[in-house]
Amino acid sequence: MKSVVRKLAAHSAIRFGASVLGLLIALAVLAPWLGTVDPSAMDSAHINTLAGTQGTFTLLDGTSLAHSFWMGTDNFGRDIYSRVLYGTRVSLVVGLLTAIVALLIGGLLGMLAGYFRTMDAVLMRVMDGLMAIPAILLAIALVAAMGAKLWTVIVAIAIPEIPRVTRLVRSLVLTLREEPFVEAAKALATPTPVILLRHILPNAMAPLIVQGTFIAASAVLTEAILSFLGLGLPADIPTWGNIMAEGRVQFSQYPGNVLFPALFLVPTVLAINLLGDGLRDVLDPKFAKRSA
Amino acid sequence: MSSAVLSIRNLSVALPSGGDRAHAVHNVSLEIAAGQTLCVVGESGSGKSVMATTVMGLLDKALRPDAGQVLLKGESLLDAAPARLRQLRGQAMGMVFQEPMTALNPVMSCGDQVDELLATHTDWPAAQRRAEILRVFERVKLPDPERMLRSFPHQLSGGQRQRIVIAMAVILKPALLICDEPTTALDVTTQKEILRLIADLQREQGSAVLFITHDMGVVAEIADQVLVMNQGQAVESGPRDEVLRRPREAYTRQLLGAVPGMTPPAPRPEPTSAALLSGQGVGKTYIARDWLGRARSTQALRDAAVVVRAGETVGIVGESGSGKSTFARCLIRLIDPTEGQVHWGVDEVATLPENRLRPLRDRVQVVFQDPNRSLNPRRTVGQSMVEGAMNFGASRAEAEALAAELMQQVRLPVEALQRYPSQFSGGQRQRLAIARALACKPQVLVADEAVSALDVSVQAQILKLLREAQDRLGLGLLFITHDLRVAAQLCDRVIVMHQGRIVEQGPTAALYARPQQDYTRRLFDAAPAALPPMEPLTA
Repeated sequence: MKSVVRKLAAHSAIRFGASVLGLLIALAVLAPWLGTVDPSAMDSAHINTLAGTQGTFTLLDGTSLAHSFWMGTDNFGRDIYSRVLYGTRVSLVVGLLTAIVALLIGGLLGMLAGYFRTMDAVLMRVMDGLMAIPAILLAIALVAAMGAKLWTVIVAIAIPEIPRVTRLVRSLVLTLREEPFVEAAKALATPTPVILLRHILPNAMAPLIVQGTFIAASAVLTEAILSFLGLGLPADIPTWGNIMAEGRVQFSQYPGNVLFPALFLVPTVLAINLLGDGLRDVLDPKFAKRSA
Repeated sequence: MSSAVLSIRNLSVALPSGGDRAHAVHNVSLEIAAGQTLCVVGESGSGKSVMATTVMGLLDKALRPDAGQVLLKGESLLDAAPARLRQLRGQAMGMVFQEPMTALNPVMSCGDQVDELLATHTDWPAAQRRAEILRVFERVKLPDPERMLRSFPHQLSGGQRQRIVIAMAVILKPALLICDEPTTALDVTTQKEILRLIADLQREQGSAVLFITHDMGVVAEIADQVLVMNQGQAVESGPRDEVLRRPREAYTRQLLGAVPGMTPPAPRPEPTSAALLSGQGVGKTYIARDWLGRARSTQALRDAAVVVRAGETVGIVGESGSGKSTFARCLIRLIDPTEGQVHWGVDEVATLPENRLRPLRDRVQVVFQDPNRSLNPRRTVGQSMVEGAMNFGASRAEAEALAAELMQQVRLPVEALQRYPSQFSGGQRQRLAIARALACKPQVLVADEAVSALDVSVQAQILKLLREAQDRLGLGLLFITHDLRVAAQLCDRVIVMHQGRIVEQGPTAALYARPQQDYTRRLFDAAPAALPPMEPLTA
């Protein structure tokens, strides 16, 4: 265990990815204490304020706060800096929960398809069917059908990812079930669910974790796309996609409304992907660099 | 001695720091003259393959030679530029590898692969190259050379693939032929043919052969000179008869002593107890369906029968594809037989569903071939060890006490229960696998090639352990192996299988002395030569 941690820490992509992600998590958690105001509050005195302006922000109840508009305000007079920081929360939560939902459901289906011959054909044909629908269209349709709430967005992004996880887990299980230690467990009269959870799943964890990071990265991106298209979370919730969508109309005069959230979105996806690449190098022996 | 084709002088190859020793090869010297075969023999990790790859210039980047010289006809190979080495490989030295399937490119036809070699090293026109390839294919006794040209590696048998590799190695008549365990992955009958082929080619071309092997029987068959290696050091070297008959070093004697002979020991009294495990008319047919749903069946096993009683050892021998593992797996119900009956004690289990089979599974346990894969790498040895006993109703404390006791019986420290399988050697892992099987208190232990992946000295220890367990517990042993020598030493009765059928069976001594069937005779003939008797050490 210790040696794995040391190997992870020695990998530069992992170090970079993890530090950027750590910083983003800190920003998301500490958002209320980082000089932000209510991200939904509008101040009619500050419509389209330029980035870097100092001034006072007047909340709806009339209280005025001294405030630095690091990233300016939008055409409703909302503070973009506050909205971007609170948007980090949404993005990270969506990324993490989507990965967990997709891994849980896909992992379960993959284990069933891989271990039980009878389920394999039916399950995998359903998965093939799901994979034939473009992910983003499927997500849009699901959000449209279920209504735009945080959990529906997460489910809508997770469902198109499930077939990929199922396929991965199924192929891992097909290999692992032939391993002598699994056969030995069968000969030791270990019940099938225990074989799956104790002997097969732990040996499939490494590729699953790697796949999970890539799902998280793509979920962050997809959530932003859905919001940008106006199909994601409702406009009153600050997400990077919503901020960009609202800033789009005045992009030529006030490019900051689009650029600042993008400046957060890009490193987030990059950091998660780098982390995934690094984890794959370290955890997945197929890609391990030769170290004799 | 200046006539030597290859001479290695005081060669040392450093391992990366942090390994269990500083050098993979330490201060080894050897010389091979034209027309001579030098066998380098040693157990795994002795550095013999590292030496071969050093000569070829194919050493892993993490290793580097840090002292000594390698001279091919006087030319230093360690200082040679990569381009010069490329030129020499194939032209002045050919190499035959252990696993012909991975030595060949699976997406190129065999003809194209050999042609590529010729096109690189000669300026012959295409027609001449083709003629030469056909000539060599004929020479290495490949059937239908024209067809072989167009064949892809996966369409050939293991022996045929190795012949292609040999054809590539010898086509340019290299002065030096390096063979790295060329017959280890092959069946005995094929091994015999390949060894003879290499010897014939060597005589024709007058090349020097550096032959790496772990098998003393192979050494006895083909070597002129022998070099014994251990832990990267040369232990002993000399002419074959000298080393095999009058070994000077204790290590060589130990190595030779561990090689099982083909002569079975005196038979034990026949057991009279009831059968613990038996199969009658067991068959397994695989049905593959194509996309139209048309069935194509393959009979992997037909009409096989066996009886194992308490305290006796029954061997099943055969080459790869003979159906011996399929039979064993049907008997322990890891696969479902398609016909026949299997009895565990008095219970018929051939078609029993898994949930009704599970309570009976403590009667028959199994030990597999590959010690690296038979223990779950993510669980501690202790966790693996208590699993079986707890499945059969023991409490955790009872199971742990039993595990500790079993660790003593397989001569491993009790503290080892806390460790993970990767912290053990192959032989130790095989002990753990045996202990795990014994933890269920089985009546029959099925050992499927359980010693085939181990070095001879470790193999001898594991066989001893199995025999002790049998004597102590009255176990019935079903021992599946391709190694006739191991079967001779361990088994009371032997069943010979070929192409999914039982060809012949009988008490070991009688069967080995007077095989009745042609196939059995061929199999026994092909077994590596018996070692000459060792003379006692004279001071």
